[in-house]
Amino acid sequence: MVTAAEKVSGHKWGMAVDVDRCTGCQACVMACQAENNTTLSTEDVYRQKRTFAWIRIERYWYGEFPDVKARFIPIMCQHCENAPCEPVCPVFATYHNTEGMNVQIYNRCVGTRYCGNGCPYNVRFFNYWEPVWPKSLRNQLNPDVTVRSRGIMEKCSFCVQRIRRGVREAARDGRELQDGDIEPACVEACPTNALVFGDYNDADSRVSVMRNDDRKYTLLDKLNTFPNVVYLAQVDATEGATGGHE
Amino acid sequence: MQQRRILDEFTINRELLRGNLNTPKWWLPTVLGLLVVVLFGFTLMGIMFNKGVGVTGLNRPVYWGLFITSFVFWVGISHAGIMISAILRLTQAEWRRPVTRAAELLTVFSLMTALFFPLIHAGRPWRIFYWITPFDFSRGIFPNPRSPLIWDPFAIGTYLTGSTLFLYVALLPDLGVLRDRTTGWKHSFYTVASLGWRGNPRQWRLQTVAGILLSALMLPIFVSVHSIVSWDFAVTPAVEGWHSTIFAPYFVIGAVHSGVSAVVTMMALMRWLWGWENYIRPEHFDALARLLIVVATGWLGFTFVELIFGVYSLEAPERALREMQMFTWPWNLLFLIFFLCAFAIPVPLWFFKRVRNNIAMMFWTSILVNIGMWLERFLIIVPGLARKQPFVFTWDSYTVSYLEWGLLLWSFAWVLMLMLLFSKFFPLIPLFETKESQLFTMDVKIGRANMPAVIRE
Repeated sequence: MVTAAEKVSGHKWGMAVDVDRCTGCQACVMACQAENNTTLSTEDVYRQKRTFAWIRIERYWYGEFPDVKARFIPIMCQHCENAPCEPVCPVFATYHNTEGMNVQIYNRCVGTRYCGNGCPYNVRFFNYWEPVWPKSLRNQLNPDVTVRSRGIMEKCSFCVQRIRRGVREAARDGRELQDGDIEPACVEACPTNALVFGDYNDADSRVSVMRNDDRKYTLLDKLNTFPNVVYLAQVDATEGATGGHE
Repeated sequence: MQQRRILDEFTINRELLRGNLNTPKWWLPTVLGLLVVVLFGFTLMGIMFNKGVGVTGLNRPVYWGLFITSFVFWVGISHAGIMISAILRLTQAEWRRPVTRAAELLTVFSLMTALFFPLIHAGRPWRIFYWITPFDFSRGIFPNPRSPLIWDPFAIGTYLTGSTLFLYVALLPDLGVLRDRTTGWKHSFYTVASLGWRGNPRQWRLQTVAGILLSALMLPIFVSVHSIVSWDFAVTPAVEGWHSTIFAPYFVIGAVHSGVSAVVTMMALMRWLWGWENYIRPEHFDALARLLIVVATGWLGFTFVELIFGVYSLEAPERALREMQMFTWPWNLLFLIFFLCAFAIPVPLWFFKRVRNNIAMMFWTSILVNIGMWLERFLIIVPGLARKQPFVFTWDSYTVSYLEWGLLLWSFAWVLMLMLLFSKFFPLIPLFETKESQLFTMDVKIGRANMPAVIRE
């Protein structure tokens, strides 16, 4: 059901990732972990191949030794306009809201993991175990974010709690929401500003400008998922832009 | 084909009610042994509920594994019932008669087994009710009709209801026979169960019409159930090995292949365990093997076309998937076993009449087919997930945990136990069908001419 408030919200959130600026420092990964109460990816979890990282840095090697280059690409939920994870959920636990976001409703989820299969980017995570934190980290949990129980799926929410807070505070102060007012944890933590968050409906926002850049591409566009996360290709001084993702 | 002797009705009753009126010596120990395995399986499920899906070997990206494989496998086995009792009934294949009930029974029990797997594999099984039943009106949220996972419970529920009714309608005349031959609480039980069956012409007519109607009504389910199961995979554009338009017919014919083979296995067991040589005869195995040759060859065609469709695009992830499926250890071994078991060994053997009429050979070849068909589902589900799209960073593999193997074992013990329990209380071979088929083949002498005793409309 679409409420009237959602119809008039008028935002279409999106992110732009300038791959050329990414140094692979993983600050975004840590920030996301801290912000969103994500289960710790301990050694055990890693061995079980069940790590959690709502945003991850994929590292690929290019070239032949000794001419090897490491390329980094941050991958998080692409918030597809035509998301393959949405139609397959039997209980509407994942659906598309009117602000261009693919949202996950933990209460509804029964844990069929079908959405995880449907996602071509592998950015949906399943809580195989009841999450536990060491005692020292318990007071660190973010009170704005639900702590997920076992048996449900979770994924990047574009830090929806920060979006809501930003909109609320702007309304309280009686001012227009400015580009850059809202920053998800990963964007805030990125030291090279490789990640940019904003509103596509605002033609002057940085993401809108970046979306029209020549270097822009989207991941797996052959699948017609129409992601709301766009990437700007890496530029190699000697070879030119290496666009797309092979 | 008629290698039988005409039996009088008393012999038929005595021999076919052998398991009901007396208890064979092996029955109780076998059932108790199976019960141990079944209870062990339920304990494993309890552990899963208690600890979470983490106790399986599943991971990211392989979110579905052995449980879904077994689900597809058991739904596939369930296609035996409709194939044998509905299609062969409507086409009036005479040789189906002794097999119908066993096949229908296999349908009911394998569906009851199949239902368990998606439910226990869900992350929060105590919440599945608003997935499988659209009842949660207070929130105004119905289940998502676009998801094949909604249609799975609907299809299987319809199939299970239809098959159970079909089984029961066909059981009525035999329940009447049992009622008349038992005393005490058993007599009371059969009196209630036989719904006042007296065997008058009107009741026979109604019973026949109900049987024909039910088999006709179930024909669409024959196509729909496994098509819907296949869409669980086919609607997923992200997974290279799944996203295929051919999946619906491919899965249906594969299901018939494994289901009919399971019926062959069961017929051989029935012949050996209860000594029903007069009823389950080599000619029945011969006919089923001929049917299986056609089905298996059709299925092989679909397998081949599916493969060609996949490789035709020459896309890197698709090629990586096929490479893992066929050429990477240990998947290549599984693939080899799959192909040998599902087609390469049994089908050429079935071309020989001596094999078709040899019950032991038919027993083992039909078991091979089902090993192969289980592996086929496994080889579709797991490598597809493990090699999803070109992001090699997230490629991974899957190791089946002991708990999952235990539950696979449980599923077989569960089906067998239910069958054996059923065999104690109800005849596995329909008495009335056997007598009816005898009437159809009997001749009466009128003057000098031999006339069939019954003329079919």
